[in-house]
Amino acid sequence: MRLGEIAHARAGDKGNTSNLSVIAYDKADFARLEREVTAERVRAHFGAMVTGEVTRFALPQLGALNFVLKGALRGGVTRSLAQDAHGKCLSGVLLDMELPE
Amino acid sequence: MTRTVRLGAGAGFSGDRIDPAVELAEKGRLDYLVFECLAERTIALAQQARLGDIEGGFDPLLEARMRAVLPACAAGNVRIVTNMGAANPVAAASRVRAIARELGLNPVVAAVTGDDVLDVLRRADPMLEELAAPLSSLGDAVISANAYLGAGPIAEALGAGADIVVTGRAADPALFLGPLVHEFGWAMDDWTRLGRGTVAGHLLECAAQITGGYFADPGRKDVPDLARIGFPIGEVDADGGLTIGKVAGSGGRIDAATVTEQLLYEVHDPAAYLQPDVAADFSAVTVREAGPDLVRVEGGDGRARSGLYKVSVGYRDGFIGEGQISYAGTGAEARGRLALEILRERMALTGIACREVRGELIGVNSVFEGAAARGEPAEVRVRFAARTDDREAAARIGQEVEALYLCGPAGGGGVTRGVREVLAIASALVPENDVAPRVTVVN
Repeated sequence: MRLGEIAHARAGDKGNTSNLSVIAYDKADFARLEREVTAERVRAHFGAMVTGEVTRFALPQLGALNFVLKGALRGGVTRSLAQDAHGKCLSGVLLDMELPE
Repeated sequence: MTRTVRLGAGAGFSGDRIDPAVELAEKGRLDYLVFECLAERTIALAQQARLGDIEGGFDPLLEARMRAVLPACAAGNVRIVTNMGAANPVAAASRVRAIARELGLNPVVAAVTGDDVLDVLRRADPMLEELAAPLSSLGDAVISANAYLGAGPIAEALGAGADIVVTGRAADPALFLGPLVHEFGWAMDDWTRLGRGTVAGHLLECAAQITGGYFADPGRKDVPDLARIGFPIGEVDADGGLTIGKVAGSGGRIDAATVTEQLLYEVHDPAAYLQPDVAADFSAVTVREAGPDLVRVEGGDGRARSGLYKVSVGYRDGFIGEGQISYAGTGAEARGRLALEILRERMALTGIACREVRGELIGVNSVFEGAAARGEPAEVRVRFAARTDDREAAARIGQEVEALYLCGPAGGGGVTRGVREVLAIASALVPENDVAPRVTVVN
């Protein structure tokens, strides 16, 4: 199952760091997000795209997780050679992560 | 009845739409209309513009925005706070004053200065976070250094009677926190209220991003009437309690989902959102739908500020050259990959000096570098970009892509190419005591 079937996401950027929120459509699914969408799995999903540390913060009252991906933006918005230098599209990439059934 | 202050967000970035701000000014029953128009690097670009024009360096849409909203703001006693001053708040404030006069209006206009700390930084020579090297290591490449000012000088300007406050670099939430500090007389060490005011400012600062912009995903997250999206209004009480809504009948949506996405936008540790005024704590914030397009936000908090201001240093960092070409039909992806191989070989053969190159197929792997194949695309667009030390080398990148018309794979079309100078940003920290914000009323 695709993460995007039970959660939505938004990408933000600061310098060379991307942050990706993951929010359960239904708070009943939050426990599952917390169990399955670990910092390690997010790091593995992005592979070589993320060069630094990945940290996760949990906000159970919002049914939300916040991931901070250092070194994910190829030098950041002013220096990156990427077309999406802000990494605004990365939320869509994250929501394609497969969750175990 | 408890008194509240109504803050409208008139822009979330420099190029934002103007008509939703006019709608807010006319129908929002606002006390304040706040325009946040400075992205991280915008001020460095403005500093560059000011180098060529001593009276320039402020937001290019300042004049259009002010002409559009000043009549309604004057009629409704709506005060304006904006960072559209960018690299030149005093010139911007004078321009606003002149435009108001032309419209037959007579507002008090104030500029907040003191964010330009290049001289302070040159003396202190702090470490730059991104480069792990001191400022001096950049030598002549440095063109600007601007500190993120807090709510204090904005509140001071309002206290001095300003109807319109024009700042340069200020922390985005501080543009909203300033009016709250002024209206409610919050102490600058009342961490809980400053934290809650920062929650309000953070939620409002990106305008449409909380009313359904940057949100729609058809079939999963539908947003009505995006072409007429309304900008948000935050109603704040003296304890920092917050209700967010929008003008009735405007497009978009505001509910728990849009608010939660915005609450975490560009936030790292939600328990420590560092601002010049306060370390705001979003970790226990709750979001509750209080009616159609009406959301109640509670539980924000704050702790003592660090005593350090973040500074954005702008510096010249070489050039980026780029070219693109399309391939379509069966075998498009293979022809695109061949084009990229040719381009990489041409870099070596012709000795174009590149510090970094990037080649990708738009439609396949331009965003997700490790994307797995999902079947043959109907078409691809080859994009090749490189960083160089000089403009001539950067221009040759696009020329090599253009040459693929005749010298590359079959059926290549639609070449575009370009060169731009890189204006990079690095961050430093300075003690707040080294920064001296100042309010100037212009006449």
